[in-house]
Amino acid sequence: MSVAPLLRKIFLVDLIKGLSVTFRSQHPDELITEQYPLERPWIAERYRGQPRMAVNPDTGESLCNGCGACALACPEKLITVTSDRDPVTKKKYMTSYTYDVSRCMFCGLCQESCPTDCIELSQDYEMALYSREGMTLDRVRLEKGPEPTEYAR
Amino acid sequence: MSNSNFYDDAPVEAPGKTFLDSTEMVLNMGPQHPSTHGVLRVILKLDGEKVLGTECVIGYLHRGVEKIAENRTYAQFNPYVDRMDYVAAVSNGLGYCGAVEKLISAEVPKRAEYLRVILTELNRLASHQVWLGTHALDIGAITPLFYTFREREEILKIFEKYCGARLTTHAFRIGGCQYDAYEGFDREVLAFCDAQDPRLDEYEELLTTNRIWVERTKGVGILSAEDAIALGVTGPVLRGSGVRWDLRKAQPYCSYKDFDFEIPIGLTGDTFDRYVVRIQEMRQSLRIIRQAVAGLPEGPIMAKVPKVLKPPVGEVYHSIEAPKGELGYYIVSDGSTQPYRVRVRPPSFVNLQALDVMVRGRLVADVVAVIGTLDIVLGEVDR
Repeated sequence: MSVAPLLRKIFLVDLIKGLSVTFRSQHPDELITEQYPLERPWIAERYRGQPRMAVNPDTGESLCNGCGACALACPEKLITVTSDRDPVTKKKYMTSYTYDVSRCMFCGLCQESCPTDCIELSQDYEMALYSREGMTLDRVRLEKGPEPTEYAR
Repeated sequence: MSNSNFYDDAPVEAPGKTFLDSTEMVLNMGPQHPSTHGVLRVILKLDGEKVLGTECVIGYLHRGVEKIAENRTYAQFNPYVDRMDYVAAVSNGLGYCGAVEKLISAEVPKRAEYLRVILTELNRLASHQVWLGTHALDIGAITPLFYTFREREEILKIFEKYCGARLTTHAFRIGGCQYDAYEGFDREVLAFCDAQDPRLDEYEELLTTNRIWVERTKGVGILSAEDAIALGVTGPVLRGSGVRWDLRKAQPYCSYKDFDFEIPIGLTGDTFDRYVVRIQEMRQSLRIIRQAVAGLPEGPIMAKVPKVLKPPVGEVYHSIEAPKGELGYYIVSDGSTQPYRVRVRPPSFVNLQALDVMVRGRLVADVVAVIGTLDIVLGEVDR
């Protein structure tokens, strides 16, 4: 063995080099771990989370016109829309709407297909449940929107 | 290593021999072994610690993605491709969208192509960071994992801001991109690139000269260039063996010919060379991202694509250079809204075949190193 590698071995040069990287990241500003339930993570504006349906803020009416484009666009066929036609105005309107989130993969194809921007994927992500039962959202739940959980220590 | 004779006298399996000798034994590695990166099961035939042969048992994560494609429209299948190589979901989307665009002969706008390049190269960095962290962890170096995942988090934040999801992004649509760059996208990407360069040096400081790392990787899992080509291996595994083959240069797609970058190659084809190749690739990716951000043109991001996609009857094969190798999509259209057949050529599945060649005659501990260096994702192997 030549001298230089031997000296490196004796003085543990590679160990010190590695540890110097570790010590460079010791400053409290470098901490990146989020204390999740206490500290809410940052969520992007375009985040695709729990679905919700928009209502007209002035009248409280659903924006949905019952066209069923979202039901057609959904790859997993999770959306069921039923509609009826108004006998007077001959306009289509939505009668019921269900969204099964248990198999949803949040691809966002439903919100892209919606002509009235009614169905959208909101920023709520805390949707875990113990069973699949409560995962089929009806129109009331969808219009109410997500209810974020508050945690207290 | 000094006792090189130990490796040389590994007996070649006699043809037709079915029973084990009294000194041989069979060991199941996986499917729950932490260093098989998922649910890979490797049946090892051992003589003491020496590996006489391997057999991979796959299919634990089979979800029938190719069959699902036959029951979905072209646009509906797009989110499923993200679930194959979930570490590099953006690359999967690029390959699939590119294949369908070839099928319908759609011209993707320049801005969309540049956005695609930026995101795909960011994804390549993220994929290589996962690889580096877990590969080093398998071999015993726990520290790089923390740093690589810290930087990957920044990439995932850019993805989340851009398309709303971190892992299974569904970032591209057939004909272009659904989302335009958000406010401050270029600034954030460039800031990430500038911060990433010294961090790559940090990874190298931790590993490249580290004695344990060098002894665990140098000369381990050697794959000669002839073997690599014969096995159909692609990506960094092929380039580590010294073959200068990169689809971004060989068959430029998605505006890659606009960018100036190099293809790093290894010399001997051992685990250390593949490590060096991937680290260099990350530097080249940063170079591409910088050029793409600087030259990001204005304009539309979506080509004129009909709402109901009915491609003409025909077939198409389109392949891209994913972080793990050549990712190809073969689509047969019968003229209806749904594909007649979709076949995926996943890089991990093909690269996994090299495992036997690389570990035969080596030690059990080297199997862990070699599985790590092949950089497989079982979601892609099994589909």
